[in-house]
Amino acid sequence: MAMTITEKILAKAAGKDKVSPGQLINANIDIIMCHDVTTPPAISMLAEKAIDKVFDREKIVVTPDHFQPAKDIKSAELHKRLDDWAKRHNIKHYYKLGRAGVCHALLPEQGHIRPGEVIIGGDSHTCTYGAFAAFSTGVGSTDLAAALATGQLWFKVPASIKFVLAGSLGHGVYSKDVILAVIARIGVDGALYKAMEFAGPALAEMSMEARMTITNMAIEAGAKNGIIGFDNITKQYLDEHLKEKTNYTVYESDADAEYISTEEFDCAKIEPMVALPHLPSGGVPISQCAGMAMDQAYIGSCTNGRIEDLRIAAKIFKGKQAAIRTLIVPATPVIWKQANDEGLFDIFYDAGCVIAAPTCGACLGGFMGVLAAGEKCVSTTNRNFVGRMGHPKSEVYLASPATTAASAIEGKLTDPRKYI
Amino acid sequence: MAKAHVYKRDHINTDEIIPARYLNTDDRAELAKHCLEDLDPDFVNKAKPGDCIVAGEDFGCGSSREHAVWAIRGAGVQTVIAKSFARIFYRNAINNGFYLIELLDAPEKINDGNELQIDYKQGLIKNKTDGIDINFNPLPDFALEIINAGGLLEHIRKLTTD
Repeated sequence: MAMTITEKILAKAAGKDKVSPGQLINANIDIIMCHDVTTPPAISMLAEKAIDKVFDREKIVVTPDHFQPAKDIKSAELHKRLDDWAKRHNIKHYYKLGRAGVCHALLPEQGHIRPGEVIIGGDSHTCTYGAFAAFSTGVGSTDLAAALATGQLWFKVPASIKFVLAGSLGHGVYSKDVILAVIARIGVDGALYKAMEFAGPALAEMSMEARMTITNMAIEAGAKNGIIGFDNITKQYLDEHLKEKTNYTVYESDADAEYISTEEFDCAKIEPMVALPHLPSGGVPISQCAGMAMDQAYIGSCTNGRIEDLRIAAKIFKGKQAAIRTLIVPATPVIWKQANDEGLFDIFYDAGCVIAAPTCGACLGGFMGVLAAGEKCVSTTNRNFVGRMGHPKSEVYLASPATTAASAIEGKLTDPRKYI
Repeated sequence: MAKAHVYKRDHINTDEIIPARYLNTDDRAELAKHCLEDLDPDFVNKAKPGDCIVAGEDFGCGSSREHAVWAIRGAGVQTVIAKSFARIFYRNAINNGFYLIELLDAPEKINDGNELQIDYKQGLIKNKTDGIDINFNPLPDFALEIINAGGLLEHIRKLTTD
């Protein structure tokens, strides 16, 4: 019987020939991502239950990122708990300060993500890795603890919704605009408990980095996972990034696989989008919100802190001045160095931007750019909930790196197409 | 008897339940002090042990932080009754042995301050203030198994030691 790519990967992980939506399965986990906020509690739980063990020291990837470098004493203690545990269990892939980065940018870059595998992480944006034709989902600390100790986790097989991205993106329009348009249409629970499978010709024109922006925000529509099929672009990225275990299995959806619905988008008609407060579904075309005054611009995060994003922003900033305080946060040390080597930091410096070390930082109101009451921030991040980046009375406007850079220059929400 | 704290809103998210500025700790008592702080700063003063939270759709959307469940539970709340729950929050609650009630007409049939008596086995809420009975579907068996074991890790421990 026909299956979707999500069903095929879960069937393999559960050792079954076939699974169907709604079915409960116990799946073997291939990779577990651990960071500094949700893993320390998992470690403590395991110790409390006297099951202080890991199922496979080579299948766990650890990188502190949320409050890294430690923003205060309490965060330093979280890092210490993570560090002690990673050392005690001799975790093979442990990225310490200096090599640590925003997890969802770091894992693919360092070659830990392979097609056909099941990946979980103690972070809701773990769905990012679905861009590589893998099943990937975020979990809480207890699930994380269970998976760390046993290498398995229960799942309910999700039904799939197909998103056909037709046409070509217009000038100055990016994958961030596409996913904001998708979420604006279906709502923040439009894919609740479901798999969001993306297909269509527009994807063929997107790099892996651009695709990761799309799957990254699947959780913002309530989805269990976002997933994109394998193609030559996927292969090329993997050829450049996989360091060990370079073999993998490619699964694809059967032509007659069942979807509970199909949504089509003509990407040629999508304008640069801005998600207004306080939900990621608040996306409107820039033409409907241009001119609104901003206090801060933030370019970074697991959604849009990769080198391609920094290049897009730098091209717009070149020779211009930021009118509002602007933070550039490269997501990983490799991206940081690459941006430096390419001269992007000179452009950002000349424009009056702050260049930070890799961290999740202000995306979640942690540190490095937190907002005061009444302040508005245009940001390349993924959430604009109440208080997300600081004071509960501050506001976050989600946009692409291009729109964010153009808005930084003018100090108000700005259509980036005039700068490109 | 459980007093209902009703928020007639959809998409109450994890940033409202426990803002990220408090995620530098996983101390349950500390987290409980800030439960729902950005939604209702007065909640922790009003909430008494055994009370419940009532809300609309997609309760707990956003982050995977289990701190949201710990904060709610730490504040003494016995259950959350909502039209629907976000996926990760739902898993986290079950994994902690914390009961959730999915009830489509929750915000219509329960008003703020109502006194409720909840029978989880029968799937029955007696709204003592308004004098009405409200039926709900109990959690699926696999979830009850985990809850009855005292959470996922206890469940796994029992499975592996039995």
